[in-house]
Amino acid sequence: MIRTFRQHSILPGFGPAMGFTVFYLSLIVLIPLGAAFLKTVSMGWGQFWETVTGARALASYRLSIGASLIAASINSVLGLLTAWVLVRYKFPGKRIIDALVDLPFALPTAVAGITLTAMFAGNGWVGSWLEPLGIKVAFTWLGVVVALTFIGLPFVVRTVQPVLQELDPEIEEAAATLGANRWQSLRRVVFPELLPALLTGFALAFARAVGEYGSVIFISGNMPMQTEITPLLIVTKLAQYDYTGATALAVAMLMMSFVLLLFINMLQWWSRSRYA
Amino acid sequence: MELITATIGNSRSGTGALTEPRWVRLVLISGALLFLGVFLILPLIVVFTEALKKGVEVYIESVREPDAAAAIRLTLIAAVIAVPLNLIFGVAAAWAIAKFQFPGKSFLITLIDLPFSVSPVISGLIFVLLFGLQGWLGPWLSEHDIKIIFAVPGIVLATIFVTFPFVARELIPLMQSQGSEEEEAARTLGAGGWQTLWRVTLPNVKWGLLYGVILCNARAMGEFGAVSVVSGHIRGYTNTIPLHAEILYNEYNSTAAFAMASLLTILTLVTIALKAFIDWKSQIEVRQVPEQALAEA
Repeated sequence: MIRTFRQHSILPGFGPAMGFTVFYLSLIVLIPLGAAFLKTVSMGWGQFWETVTGARALASYRLSIGASLIAASINSVLGLLTAWVLVRYKFPGKRIIDALVDLPFALPTAVAGITLTAMFAGNGWVGSWLEPLGIKVAFTWLGVVVALTFIGLPFVVRTVQPVLQELDPEIEEAAATLGANRWQSLRRVVFPELLPALLTGFALAFARAVGEYGSVIFISGNMPMQTEITPLLIVTKLAQYDYTGATALAVAMLMMSFVLLLFINMLQWWSRSRYA
Repeated sequence: MELITATIGNSRSGTGALTEPRWVRLVLISGALLFLGVFLILPLIVVFTEALKKGVEVYIESVREPDAAAAIRLTLIAAVIAVPLNLIFGVAAAWAIAKFQFPGKSFLITLIDLPFSVSPVISGLIFVLLFGLQGWLGPWLSEHDIKIIFAVPGIVLATIFVTFPFVARELIPLMQSQGSEEEEAARTLGAGGWQTLWRVTLPNVKWGLLYGVILCNARAMGEFGAVSVVSGHIRGYTNTIPLHAEILYNEYNSTAAFAMASLLTILTLVTIALKAFIDWKSQIEVRQVPEQALAEA
């Protein structure tokens, strides 16, 4: 069976390696995720629909999706700027800054949450500057945007940076030789090359932000209908032993992430076929 | 070669059409540094100032206090179990996927990536649905007096789930790009399967492997959402470092909370430094190969 399933190779170990991969994947990921879906099936369509379209749920989607879109957009603009500055310009401390871009990947979300709250609270280092201007960040929806911007920061930088590094300087030289000014060659020649990576980074940052929990719950204030994100609503329902309600919301979120994942894969396929 | 790069360098700085005017560069650099300063550097300073606000003695005391020590122990236990399991899985999956051709390969890779695209809260929830009192196996487990949810096994399981793809995801593309000529040569020269893996494949991917392991470890020790759902927050028993920090923070014991947070921040900084070191090291190795080839030619 295995011999016909795969193409012939002189290397050994396909059977055990593949067997262990599928076994471990099923045990840790597929069976638990499948069980969650089965739980929803057992609750029936009517109840499922009622839970996922309840007023409090809808308000939480609005905040989760809206704040994630804003944060991913901020990250696209500032991430593109960061990648550009890191690849094209020289300045002191560049290598350290470059390494630090990964901080939000590696910093535990709870640490990010309490730290950003301390910074942006009314008496915090940044909050005390913004408060006199009438801008309240901590415990409002703006706080959610700040937390999601933090955790999404590396995605756009790290997808755009390698493409920018690989970009052949000759195409910009060609554009200049053909009479384009700097702005024209950036807009017409460089930017289109970066666009697929930029979109991928945007989608990755957005996907991460929608499901984010740890960094948001400290800074958001968690007011139902106002500053309550969907993952928090799931946890609230769990704490009230409303397992079916929590599962329904989880399945709604899973389906959304699945669509996003498909979109990201299509983007990557598109950008690969452009450069192949 | 040097001549060519020198000319390119000249033309870059010489003509305005290939780079931006000086003031534009300065504005862009300052803008990026302001953004990164507020979002990357300031948080690091805040963590340590808040943790040391009441002096070094209070800091040391809050790290050594029994509940904190228990949280540190549990965090280490979860990482010590999760990281090696996911390491073995990563090597097996990369071997099967990178060295052999079979149908459904890209679908398998997508499945391996799944835990990354699932909200941490949902990662915890699925284990509650399986093993919780109302869950599929709940009644059977409580009959046999086995506790998984609100106990250590649940925390370990949730940690394994969220760190599942890290090693595999680093190794698969790396091993795919290296091809299997070297392994085939080893086999032809009479090496066994394990020998080929230990002596040829693993040394070739050592930096990628190490990179996957340190990222996996950082996430395992810092995971919050998934672990929070399955833990039940029992002080001194089911609290990891991040969960303990949350409890202290909610009790308005901000200094102790930031002391816990500072431990995780130190771990993060070590992780980032190691990553930068690995990048530098593997770049040198990549650069050495063409230079040797050039020297021989």
